[in-house]
Amino acid sequence: MSEITLRVNGETHTLDVDPSTPLLYVLRNDLGLRGPRFGCGLAQCGTCTVLMDGRAIRSCNRPVSRSTGEITTLEGLPENGELHPVQQAWIDEQVPQCGYCQNGQILTAAALLSYSPNPSDDEIREGMNRVLCRCMTYYRIQSAVKRAAEAMAEGEDR
Amino acid sequence: MSGGRQVPTALGDALARWGGTTSRRDFLKTSGLFVFGVSGVGVAGAGRWGFGTEPSGGESSEPASYPDPDFLQLDSWLVVHEDGTATFYVGKTDGGQGTGTATQQMMCDELDLAFDQARVVMGRTDMTVDQGGSGGSDAIERDAMVGRRIAAEARRVLLEMASERLGVPVEGLSVSEGVISLRDDPARTVTYGELIGGGRFDVALTGGNINATTGVASIKPVQDLKLVGQSIPRYDIPGKVDASLEWAVDVRLPGMVHARNVRPPFAGATLSAIDELSVRDLPGFIRVVSEGNYVAVVCEREEQAIEAAERLVVEWEKPATAPFPASDDLFDYMRSAERVPGSGGRGAARAQGDPDGALASAATVVEAAYDIPFHGHTAIGPAHALADPSDGQMTIYTNDMKPYSHRTGIAEFLGMDPEQVRVIWMDGPQLYGRTAADDAGFEAAYLARELGRPVRVQWMRHEETAWDTKGPAFAIDLRGGLDADGNVVALDYRGRIANYAHVGYNQARTVLIAQLMGFRPERPSPGGGRGPDEMYYIPNRRQETRAVRFPLAFETPLRTGNLRDPNGPQTTFAGESFIDELAAAAGADPVEFRLRLLRGATDDDEAFRRARSIAVVEAAAEAYGWDARPSPGTVGSGRVLTGRGIAYAYRARTTIAVIAEVEVNRETGRVWVRRMVCAHDCGLVINPNSLESTIQGNLLHGISRTLYEEVRFDGEKVTSVDWRTHPTLTHMDTPEQIDVVMVNGDPNPDRPDLRPYGAGEPSHRPVPAAIANAIYDATGVRMRRLPLRPERVLEELGYAGL
Ligand code: FES
Ligand code: FES
Repeated sequence: MSEITLRVNGETHTLDVDPSTPLLYVLRNDLGLRGPRFGCGLAQCGTCTVLMDGRAIRSCNRPVSRSTGEITTLEGLPENGELHPVQQAWIDEQVPQCGYCQNGQILTAAALLSYSPNPSDDEIREGMNRVLCRCMTYYRIQSAVKRAAEAMAEGEDR
Repeated sequence: MSGGRQVPTALGDALARWGGTTSRRDFLKTSGLFVFGVSGVGVAGAGRWGFGTEPSGGESSEPASYPDPDFLQLDSWLVVHEDGTATFYVGKTDGGQGTGTATQQMMCDELDLAFDQARVVMGRTDMTVDQGGSGGSDAIERDAMVGRRIAAEARRVLLEMASERLGVPVEGLSVSEGVISLRDDPARTVTYGELIGGGRFDVALTGGNINATTGVASIKPVQDLKLVGQSIPRYDIPGKVDASLEWAVDVRLPGMVHARNVRPPFAGATLSAIDELSVRDLPGFIRVVSEGNYVAVVCEREEQAIEAAERLVVEWEKPATAPFPASDDLFDYMRSAERVPGSGGRGAARAQGDPDGALASAATVVEAAYDIPFHGHTAIGPAHALADPSDGQMTIYTNDMKPYSHRTGIAEFLGMDPEQVRVIWMDGPQLYGRTAADDAGFEAAYLARELGRPVRVQWMRHEETAWDTKGPAFAIDLRGGLDADGNVVALDYRGRIANYAHVGYNQARTVLIAQLMGFRPERPSPGGGRGPDEMYYIPNRRQETRAVRFPLAFETPLRTGNLRDPNGPQTTFAGESFIDELAAAAGADPVEFRLRLLRGATDDDEAFRRARSIAVVEAAAEAYGWDARPSPGTVGSGRVLTGRGIAYAYRARTTIAVIAEVEVNRETGRVWVRRMVCAHDCGLVINPNSLESTIQGNLLHGISRTLYEEVRFDGEKVTSVDWRTHPTLTHMDTPEQIDVVMVNGDPNPDRPDLRPYGAGEPSHRPVPAAIANAIYDATGVRMRRLPLRPERVLEELGYAGL
């Protein structure tokens, strides 16, 4: 065990954990967050996704000692009490079925749109490709990403 | 809630919603609404652990008990609060297909409440009546219809109360959004809340079983329903999007510990020794628990349990005989294996006319064999549960889709009185049949009792992919005969299904932990299996299905359970591919050919299935813009070949036709389903958007099973263990366009008693055949073995010289 400092959703946490502990378990079990979930532990599925310094990363195989950036989980995505446009698009398109994978889908989409605000259909497919959904909500996810992109573009215009 | 146990937030919310001064349990208890049952007899040795005599935590108190809410009491189903809102207690679970929202729509409509004036609580064995949980796509077709009758009865009683209070006959009253007013004097009103708010109806219902439960009121004609038919946004979605919803994976209790299982490395292996020293010094280590071939490690923290389970040194003995053939030899094995006596089951057989004679005299005979491998559930989130053994009771937090059998199964397994066991369903990863035999809850409960502390179990990915319940493999042989005019005169279908000892619903002797501990069902299921469900008129036919078994029937990673539309995609793949083969032999357009077979019959079936079959085939063809011509089309010379194929089926009373348009890359072997059309008739549609979402999921899951999914195994173990060795559909494979057409093919489409039919699974089944038929249309090559990964497609195209 040793002291680890984490920046999560704008707050600083100091924890006494084994530095090799995967970030996922610290977020879930020590910080009580629900967004990132265990799916594979192998960096293959994306259910454990969080943003680190704005990039979508997988928390299931990232040691907490190497999680030194600014971490944002699904809980931290809304700004000023308002849902992120991606979250709103997810509701408008009624995307989730079971919803287990949607943490990874939403955060990956948010990251994608932050560096590619107006993605083509192919860019959406490729950008989202490594996030799996076994309820197969891909079709609605792709529509929702487009809807979010439009909403964000409109927001900028205003 | 009793005993001062912690209530997870979501459940606290559910309770708070009730808003009364007493808890739901007290409410039911004081009103005598619980039914007291008899104690169970333990499978895993009743009383062996001496549980129940010593409360594990907190002050000792009377053991909690959770009797069943009595379904013959209106108050068990529905509560109207002081503010006029209502809570509906529904004994079902919602796997994300929107059945909760749809049930709320239906019940609000009957009760004349706005959608937002009600809430639904689902799947808690201590609070909701036993409607069996989910399965069989029956939530709306059957159970929500009970809900409608209950809500209608509540409305009737409330109107009578208002009539008395206002001194006006019921006929002189009208209701809107929970406010009753005089027709003649709309200013005079009384609200539901004022009439009964927080109080009991004390109204007895009738019905020989829960599905027949009814009051005396009748339900409204379809034309009077206002919320039914609207795409009301699902109530569960916001909490799934902002992480506010508490899932079964999220529940944390004070003092809880984490467990991970250690599975046999070979199917049928026997445990010979455990070296506990290999993990004893690991941080957080608490205990190794083992019985028979079941092994688990318990640690303080989750990552510690994962590491300890990896590091634990266990010696296993391989079985003397190979447990099953390798997946490469599966279909040869299945075709030569002996049939299990008594297998096949109802619905598998069909016999009419003289198929052998008709085949012998047919102008053309077509024969084909189809092979479908085992399919895994491979849920995105592995099996998990948290069990709390405090105060002499057992509470299991789970996403088990059938909480009631989970409860009785666990009670039986542990030798507890079912009334001391409570199962709380919460949201979780997809169910689709997997959580109808939810191993993790049994494991958590067993370990919690062993440890005397709350224990959380979650399976690892390799464990879930290798050891979850499987959809059975099929080997299907078909023969068909055409007369000189291209009419089908005979059809002979013989299926073999690897489905011996199919696990039941949360049975105490068939869940994996029980099998590994050495328990066996008294009578293993011989293995059922349906044939394809269609309404074709073919004068001479035979259809039979028999199960085959492997040397290892128990403790096997190939144990079969229900997987979304069990049997449907497999048998329809064979049946509807073969109809296409016959159409091609007859030189007929595949749509025309099917319509001819459907129109050939004169009798109709239950719920006008034949008329509604014709309607969906026609609607799909029209929506797609189908040009009538035989398949294959002209096979182009380019790199990418395109084609379209259709398949049709019914499931129960729902009829479906699916058209797939594919691109086949003949250099890479990749198949892309570019467009899909699904025409769907499930009678009355409750929530079109939510239904469309469910259908889209069925279609894409169908594409995944067609193109990618296969459980692979060598002669001793399953080798599909993660997303590399068990690929699934991804974003890249998603069709460019999906059109869902809701059809109402009822001969009297405006009937006031139009019913909803099950829609959760039916649209899954025609997908594999539609894709294979489209590939044939594109290439002239018939794909008869799933899955159609690029290697296989290239190989098949190669054989055909393409
Ligand atoms: S759980 Fe991290 S990628 Fe699957
Ligand atoms: S919504 Fe269920 S896994 Fe994606």
